[in-house]
Amino acid sequence: MNIQSLLNALPGACAQGLIWGIMAIGVYITYKILDMADLSVDGTMATGGAVCVIMMTHGYSVWVALLCAVLAGILAGLVTGVFHTLMGIPVILAGILTQLGLYSINLRILGIGTSAGTASNLTISVDRYNLLMSLRHVREIALNNPIAVGVIFVAALIGVMYWFFGTELGCSLRATGANQNMSRAQGINTSLNKVLGLMISNGIVALSSALLCQYQGFADVNMGRGAIVIGLAAVIIGDVIFGKLFTNFALKLLAVAFGAIIYYLVIQVVLWLGLNSSDLKLLSALIVAVFLAAPYWKERYLSRTKKEAKADA
Amino acid sequence: MLELNNIYKTFNPGTVNEKRALNGISLKLNEGDFVTVIGSNGAGKSTVLNAIAGVWPVDSGSIIIDGQDVTGLPEYKRAKFLGRVFQDPMTGTAATMEIQENLALAKRRGARRTLRVGITKKEQEEYREQLRTLDLGLEDRMTAKVGLLSGGQRQALTLLMATLQKPKLLLLDEHTAALDPKTAEKVLKTTDAIIRENHLTAFMVTHNMKDAIAHGNRLIMMNEGKIIFDVAGEEKKKLTMKDLLDKFAELSGSSIQSDKALLA
Repeated sequence: MNIQSLLNALPGACAQGLIWGIMAIGVYITYKILDMADLSVDGTMATGGAVCVIMMTHGYSVWVALLCAVLAGILAGLVTGVFHTLMGIPVILAGILTQLGLYSINLRILGIGTSAGTASNLTISVDRYNLLMSLRHVREIALNNPIAVGVIFVAALIGVMYWFFGTELGCSLRATGANQNMSRAQGINTSLNKVLGLMISNGIVALSSALLCQYQGFADVNMGRGAIVIGLAAVIIGDVIFGKLFTNFALKLLAVAFGAIIYYLVIQVVLWLGLNSSDLKLLSALIVAVFLAAPYWKERYLSRTKKEAKADA
Repeated sequence: MLELNNIYKTFNPGTVNEKRALNGISLKLNEGDFVTVIGSNGAGKSTVLNAIAGVWPVDSGSIIIDGQDVTGLPEYKRAKFLGRVFQDPMTGTAATMEIQENLALAKRRGARRTLRVGITKKEQEEYREQLRTLDLGLEDRMTAKVGLLSGGQRQALTLLMATLQKPKLLLLDEHTAALDPKTAEKVLKTTDAIIRENHLTAFMVTHNMKDAIAHGNRLIMMNEGKIIFDVAGEEKKKLTMKDLLDKFAELSGSSIQSDKALLA
């Protein structure tokens, strides 16, 4: 175990954390604001990258590719939303259906132009294409360093979200997540808002995916597997560490991005300590399970006032 | 202002839990009417209210508010005609949002939610003034989360939210039942004041006979999904507890003494 190898890996972890931070902000919108667990993001986290890479290899500029990736994500969110609201499918199941369907679609997208018509991955080299970011530049002090690009994207996204959730429409989305009865009584179309929230969330996740595939130089049909867990981990870590300090909405989103960075730093340390990378998903699942259980445990076992009240009764 | 024509509603039809909740309800409210509704548990008081609000579609009959047939409209579309306060203080407000944000949401009831800013500086001043009239000190806590408020404070806030945009009809669903007697009285006083000052038409479901007699200009008694007694004006003013108890025994064929809830 040489500390140098860990230090060398840290910039990459930061860059990855920033990119996944964007994804986690998307998860925050459904999970925290709308109070829905949307599992379609596991599919969207590959769709965005697939669309981005295939557009670029077919000669479109990176910005057009990015835009189309986001639109593809928005469309995926719409599908989940329709499953949930118009077809009455519980949101978790609706997300799983979309995610499963997207797997086939992602294979098709990546296979555009190939003789087989499907492909499970597609590379895009920074030498041949004008990418926004690449892990090759992660240790350079320059504007095209993926950390710098990531920071710009995260900051812009937080700015847009801060503005949006302060508008009339954005407030009605927050109300929908906070209290549906109250929202309907105040004339808010809660179904429409849920669909809208899912669309925004998946659009953001697809953006993150499109950036990630540029960073790593390829898109892969499996790159979104377990994305929801990483997103939740980032949201929860951000909340646990910065929750008391960051009460403003923009800062809360920032905490989510920090959460993702911390997640990847921790992963890097764990790998450095000798854990096999194939065991990472198990580790992530366990960590998220423990953090999700924490508030429940706190309520159940540590709440003294409750116990005392019971003793009095 | 409100017209209910022969409303029927059965829950869980065709199952062992089948329950005919509304059994041909017809009712006409005039503008400015303040009706109190009493009846034993399961009489259909809250069900009528939910039928008007559009929580679920009715089986048959029609609902007309201010000349417009709303029978087929979903809950959120009917909201522009209605102000609502619920039994559970948690239901009427968004706990994780600020007091002023809740008010701003209510202010836009019936309007399109656009990308304009969700709450303006000018509005904030307006809300501060209106909160002051509640006399609960909420005007100094405008940015506090509603979850921090007590049940009584939340009901008073919900009442203000329900009337911020003058409703055609104010629906009160046992809105003081979950409060302690002193708070309940205060909220009822506020209710009276708001209804009087805004000349509202109101429909108040209550468990409390005394309240039903003391408030409003008209009283309706329900039993088994039907209106069995409807009294207004001078006659209602003269009503006593004993009159109501006798009336109930006479019309429903059972003694009201057996129903503790109604005596509460």
